[in-house]
Amino acid sequence: MNGFPGFVLRRLAGALVTLFVLSVIIYVVFYVTPGNVAQITCGPRCSPAQVHQVAQQLHLDDPLYVRYWHFLQGVLVGQDYSTGTSVEHCAAPCLGQSYQTGREVTDIIWAKLPVSFSLVLGAMVIWLLLGVGTGVLSAWRRGRLSERVLTAVTLAGVATPVFVIGLVLMIVVCGELQLLPFPQYVNFTDDPEQWAWNLLLPWLSLALIEAAGFARLTRASMLETLAEDHIRTFRAYGVSERAVITRHALRGATASVIALNAVTVGSAVGGAVLTETLFGLPGIGQELVRAVKVVDLPVVVGMVLVTGFFVILANAVADVLYAAADRRVVLA
Amino acid sequence: MSEALAAVGTAGTDTTVPAVPGARQFWRRLRQRRAALVAAVVVALLVLVALAAPLLTALEGQDPTTYHPTLIDSARGGVPIGSFGGVSADHWLGVEPQTGRDMFARLVYGARVSLGVSLGATLVQVLVGVAMGVAAGLGNRWVDLVLSRITDIFLSLPLMIMALALLAVVPDGFPRPVLVALILALVAGWSTMAKMVRAQTLALKNLDYVSASRLSGWSTWRTAVRELLPGLAAPVITYAALLVPSNISAEAALSFLGVGVKPPTPSWGQMLTSADVWYQAAPQYLLLPALALFVTVFAMTVLGDGVRVALDPRAASRLRVGTGRKREARARTAVAASAPQTVSKKEEGA
Repeated sequence: MNGFPGFVLRRLAGALVTLFVLSVIIYVVFYVTPGNVAQITCGPRCSPAQVHQVAQQLHLDDPLYVRYWHFLQGVLVGQDYSTGTSVEHCAAPCLGQSYQTGREVTDIIWAKLPVSFSLVLGAMVIWLLLGVGTGVLSAWRRGRLSERVLTAVTLAGVATPVFVIGLVLMIVVCGELQLLPFPQYVNFTDDPEQWAWNLLLPWLSLALIEAAGFARLTRASMLETLAEDHIRTFRAYGVSERAVITRHALRGATASVIALNAVTVGSAVGGAVLTETLFGLPGIGQELVRAVKVVDLPVVVGMVLVTGFFVILANAVADVLYAAADRRVVLA
Repeated sequence: MSEALAAVGTAGTDTTVPAVPGARQFWRRLRQRRAALVAAVVVALLVLVALAAPLLTALEGQDPTTYHPTLIDSARGGVPIGSFGGVSADHWLGVEPQTGRDMFARLVYGARVSLGVSLGATLVQVLVGVAMGVAAGLGNRWVDLVLSRITDIFLSLPLMIMALALLAVVPDGFPRPVLVALILALVAGWSTMAKMVRAQTLALKNLDYVSASRLSGWSTWRTAVRELLPGLAAPVITYAALLVPSNISAEAALSFLGVGVKPPTPSWGQMLTSADVWYQAAPQYLLLPALALFVTVFAMTVLGDGVRVALDPRAASRLRVGTGRKREARARTAVAASAPQTVSKKEEGA
């Protein structure tokens, strides 16, 4: 199939293959670790009988491909666990069960996703405004002092680890100036206003870091467009500089900004680990850190798969959006 | 003058792989950029500090792991006694809250961990990335397909998540800094390098001098080592220089989360973990590691940027004056640097 629909289908098929291979790799890496997997999965306080039961539920006596098959089956159609006395059903996207907390991994992830999404989507609005704004400004003022200052600031933004910015912001804004309370997550559905106030600092810290990348990209692709012949023609015809910048140069940058945004959102859902840990937001990242510290294997595997899924999806979406904005890509 | 000549030389020929400046030109261009020069000096100083860590701490008469319970006020929860977090002739930068360990010694040894881990990780990333990229570029269709697919999968791994998860399952006996470096290197970084090297290899492989080597019967190995690798040096060095700061941040982040370098080995990220609790009583405990981290990553980033510009063959065209090409050339350089994904995509299609 050719043309744009064909490109989209090919790209999505590629994403599916990548996701499948990723799941195989992750399964093998985490369930073929040295040591007693059932004991590790179950946790240090499990009795031998419980460990034996876990080993059965994970099909640890079967060859690897059979075990993976059971795992995949769980994800696609759900799975039944026999707990010895009764049978428990784990519905369709079943990623297993955290034996240390006694909850299903999917439930844990569902409970944490809204927090991570709130963090990333809010930050996205800020980094887009800030990043693209800075980029436009520095492309417009190229060669002047203000551009040099902006370039230095964005370079500093690229260079600062998010937890350093977040830490400093938190101490200055919440501690010294007491402008905001120390962030504490409030559900959007409970109180939208408190939700926003409490997330403001996390949003800012995450956005300040990411905005730098957008500023550099916007500036670079605007300068590329500005150097083209048709822009010189516009200028020669007397089109105002403002119109040249906003109507023509900025439009040239849209495709790459959209693509970068999709990728950044995808990686930020997982990459918000640091921001969440620092501000104590109960999102995916914080849960992952907890699971890693106590080696709650099913949760770790589930989290890695879900975040990997988001990154792969975001990359595919980025490519499709980029192709939609710039059809030359489809031909390549 | 040779720069101008090089510009004239490459001006007419429209090859995908323009001439790359030699080592001497590279140094001259790097020196011309003041920011890059300052950054290089800072980086050199940091490396010196890291190398001379035992010497510096011996000079101070302290070591990074000894507890000094007499220097902290246990009645106030372990706040250092004295002004500025216990600064004295014996403890140049004060002591840590709660433990009383010497701050200067821990910072200096932290530089060792930070630079050691990041440079080690970068080395592995370069080796794996170049090997995979060259193999994919020179191999037949199937080799290329398999290797490119593997590279794509690693590109889509979320770095922090994977590193966190992997660090959880590796047994404790493994030396921690080596482990962190290896995991950072193998999860991320090499895949982008491999993609870029593959695209570059594809472009180089059809140039006359590489074809000549193949046609005169040299083995693929010899062709790769003798003809291809020198041509790959500039882009590989450029990208490696940008990888170092991101590895430093990643190591600090993992240690900050408490899964990277484990105590008692000092690490800047790890020092920041509990710093927010102490910022009022001992502000230097927060400020020093944060500053060290910021200065290091910033200097490395600026230096990396300088290296990129100095190695960019297209930067030579800036010497052509008066036709508005200066701006054009600069724009192209900037685009090539900030959008490596888009660029490699275009090159792949070509």
